[in-house]
Amino acid sequence: MATGTTGPAGSTGTNAPGRAHIRARHLRTDRWWLSPAVTVTILSAFIVYSTWRAFANDDYFAEPYVSPFYSPCLASECDSMPMSANAPLFGDWWGLSPALLILIFPLGFRLTCYYYRKAYYRGFWASPSACAVPEPRGSYSGETRFPLILQNIHRYFFWFAAVVAVILTWDVLIAFRDEHGAWGHMGLGTLVLLANVLLIWAYTLSCHSCRHIVGGKLKHFSKHPVRYRLWGFVSRLNGRHMELAWASLFGVALADLYVYLVASGAFDDPRFF
Amino acid sequence: MTYKADFRIWRGDTDGGELRDFKVEVNEGEVVLDIIHRLQATQAPDLAVRWNCKAGKCGSCSAEINGRPRLLCMTRMSTFAPDEVVTVTPMRTFPVIRDLVTDVSFNYAKARQVPSFTPPEGLKPGEYRMQQVDVERSQEFRKCIECFLCQNTCHVIRDFEDNKAAFSGPRFLMRIAELDMHPLDVADRQKAAQEEHGLGLCNITKCCTDVCPEHIHITDNALIPMKERVADRKYDPLVWLGNKIRRRGSGD
Ligand code: SF4
Ligand code: SF4
Ligand code: FES
Ligand code: FES
Repeated sequence: MATGTTGPAGSTGTNAPGRAHIRARHLRTDRWWLSPAVTVTILSAFIVYSTWRAFANDDYFAEPYVSPFYSPCLASECDSMPMSANAPLFGDWWGLSPALLILIFPLGFRLTCYYYRKAYYRGFWASPSACAVPEPRGSYSGETRFPLILQNIHRYFFWFAAVVAVILTWDVLIAFRDEHGAWGHMGLGTLVLLANVLLIWAYTLSCHSCRHIVGGKLKHFSKHPVRYRLWGFVSRLNGRHMELAWASLFGVALADLYVYLVASGAFDDPRFF
Repeated sequence: MTYKADFRIWRGDTDGGELRDFKVEVNEGEVVLDIIHRLQATQAPDLAVRWNCKAGKCGSCSAEINGRPRLLCMTRMSTFAPDEVVTVTPMRTFPVIRDLVTDVSFNYAKARQVPSFTPPEGLKPGEYRMQQVDVERSQEFRKCIECFLCQNTCHVIRDFEDNKAAFSGPRFLMRIAELDMHPLDVADRQKAAQEEHGLGLCNITKCCTDVCPEHIHITDNALIPMKERVADRKYDPLVWLGNKIRRRGSGD
């Protein structure tokens, strides 16, 4: 066994000493590149869209709807958004878009998410692009060093994300009003925000850190029947974590786009009652 | 349906080798291992291949087919078009012995480094009492047939020979998770997983799960829960503080 060998480039990887010598880097014949390519395309599109919207600092409120990108508002210069979560913790000195203050949390949550890690390690880092397709680099330290060792703080982002989900739920409640703030009304935008918040909750609760916290960390399920049942519930959601990750990403972008279209006057929100 | 298929099979040993072309008969319902056996019987009597059960249960016939780690006996010929060239090579992470046979002793060495089940002191065999729900969770991991396809696919050692010393691979990190979740095991598995078996090198890209012929959720149910347990122990100051204050002894 050639354990510990670091030969010159070319003798490492699948052609390290002792292994079957095969010139081709890999012999896959299927479309292994398709899935990382799709990942890169969708994530890049989302990054472009959300960067534009986050810096725009405009068209994020159309009574009674608040864009999920701008809620809660932590700066004091937000539009007046009656009843929505305004907590000007940062006061006046913050001159940039207030979206930047709050987006750090969902961004951190998704950046350190176990599923998105897989997606971007494969898509953007080619580490690896697909199974049995070699990495294009000479050494690898995984998540053992700075900065990637910071992925271990994912659980903290989970708690922040849960708080954000509560606030977005509030935003759905106040969307059951009309343009003048009277209760008991509903429009298409209410449904859009509702669908978004359901996806956000499903994604947040299906998180691996959440699964660990509710019960996964226990050694004896039998001593904690309630937590065991919660763990079972989260585990079932967790099995769909990838699908929920994508669905909620689309959900949040579409919810913001909807508010943008209504606020900018490009579209008239159909009212149901 | 019977047809002649094009096969490319790696033949050679540690000194070198090459992909050789064969034309060989394929019949309805056959698997790749059947074709390898037909080649042995007709054109290449000295072709080396390791197999035993032909039922996907012994884990001997691991190899790579069209670049994908698979069991030879569980890969149906019907998954290939009749005009498709089928390339078969040995596993590319372990040293080759001859043709399709590799030396998988790396895995046995790693297996020996995982301390065995450690019951509480004074508890003798026969006195073990466990609740069904507590043992259930790790049963999934016991379906493992030790084919080592997961070990072979994992890029941590497949692409970086020099990581072999530091990394035990998904199969044995899963074994550690199994013991850590065992209701009666008292050994400290969490620190060891990170510091001695290289759990931090895993970047949860799930290739082990993708190739496992037993469909064990290696990443979701063993590696990620283990990473969370390690985070409790090593990277989460609040959990550390909480445990200090509550002074939990036997754990829950
Ligand atoms: S998930 Fe981890 S152990 Fe499994 S193949 Fe990927 S890096 Fe290796
Ligand atoms: S975990 Fe699956 S792939 Fe790995 S050795 Fe066991 S059966 Fe094979
Ligand atoms: S949000 Fe994906 S694992 Fe936590
Ligand atoms: S021969 Fe036993 S698993 Fe294939």
